[in-house]
Amino acid sequence: MPHDHHDHDDPHSLLPPDPALRVRALETILTRKGLIDPAAVDEIIDTYQHKVGPQNGARVVARAWSDPAFMAALRSDPSKVMDDMGLAGRQGEHVVVVENTPAQHNVVVCTLCSCYPWPLLGIPPAWYKSDAYRARVVREPRAVLAEFGVTLPDAQTVRVWDSTAEIRYLVLPMRPAGTEGLDEDALIPWITRNSMIGTGLPEAPA
Amino acid sequence: MTRVHDMGGRYGDGPVAPGPEPVFATDWHARALGVTLALGAHGKWNIDASRFARECLSPKDYTRFSYYEKWISALADMAVEHGMITRADLADGVADQAPMADKTLRAENVAATLARGGPSARPGPAPIFAVGDAVRARLPARNVIVPGGHTRLPAYAAGHVGRVLARRGAHVLPDSNAHFLGEAPQPLYTVVFSAGDLWGMAERPGDEVTLDLWESYLEPCA
Repeated sequence: MPHDHHDHDDPHSLLPPDPALRVRALETILTRKGLIDPAAVDEIIDTYQHKVGPQNGARVVARAWSDPAFMAALRSDPSKVMDDMGLAGRQGEHVVVVENTPAQHNVVVCTLCSCYPWPLLGIPPAWYKSDAYRARVVREPRAVLAEFGVTLPDAQTVRVWDSTAEIRYLVLPMRPAGTEGLDEDALIPWITRNSMIGTGLPEAPA
Repeated sequence: MTRVHDMGGRYGDGPVAPGPEPVFATDWHARALGVTLALGAHGKWNIDASRFARECLSPKDYTRFSYYEKWISALADMAVEHGMITRADLADGVADQAPMADKTLRAENVAATLARGGPSARPGPAPIFAVGDAVRARLPARNVIVPGGHTRLPAYAAGHVGRVLARRGAHVLPDSNAHFLGEAPQPLYTVVFSAGDLWGMAERPGDEVTLDLWESYLEPCA
């Protein structure tokens, strides 16, 4: 087997067992050797903590609900739309939007690791990366959705998208009743992160 | 044949625990992500190789490690394997001070680097399958270039017949690229499978699962 590591002799076992100390030790070594710049690490963290998150995806969904020409562009060339909106980039290089309909509900997972559309939704939540979600949602999506408080009507089939390549999926939820007449900005608070993964539905803002 | 990461369909994991949470639950999660992305800028490996490094954690480590422990452990393993640091550096916890390398990611270049990303689409051969074609996924799910190597065909789909839902253009083949054997781009397809076929019984007839699969993972099926 190539590159196989064993838990007793692989390099990472030389680091301290406590994960916080393990990270600090590796960061210290790499910094001393000039291989990372702690200021760049800070900048990466700040990007995903404060600048990139589900508000980006919500903007795409709200515009898709509001603007038929935008919706058409999103269907025909989503990558160009993301480029134009400044929402392309790492882990969102090849975005596809999948539309919920009265006949079909879409749910996204990565059973093999944790692929997720970072520029649109940010860093994936812990549950998305959990063994339980990865293992179960492909086999029993309705049981998993029930754990999120979502029950689908009988008329809707479920299509689960397992992100096994570099295509990143964004679910376009159905525009909810009660939002008629709202403009793009007023729609954004209805669009939850989970509604763009498929484990939730849009919700009236609190 | 399979590795521990390939868990789609597995029984026994218990409920999913959704709930509000911060972007980073602790400071070290954030550092683990930042350090991993920063070191990747040296170009010593690619995304497929780094996924493979995480998959190669022993089943015992993979299971007991939290998400970012897997990242940081695989990162240490890759940094040693590619000669960036030594086992002695890790054991001692100190290293000789060196000037910042030319390729080291600077703070002012972070935004541009993240915005550029790493597209996997490449010019490549024309696809042989059309939308609607019936295709069978390779059985067993394995890397046919490198025994025990990286592949993105989950075991749960192996041997099953689906139909081509979309053609996605040619993309870098992880089974080759993860092992530094070249990008070997191939046509990529989204293939839809019936949940009833995959699992023996669907929660509801008509439910489906799609996977993104490279052409060499598939064979025609009349």
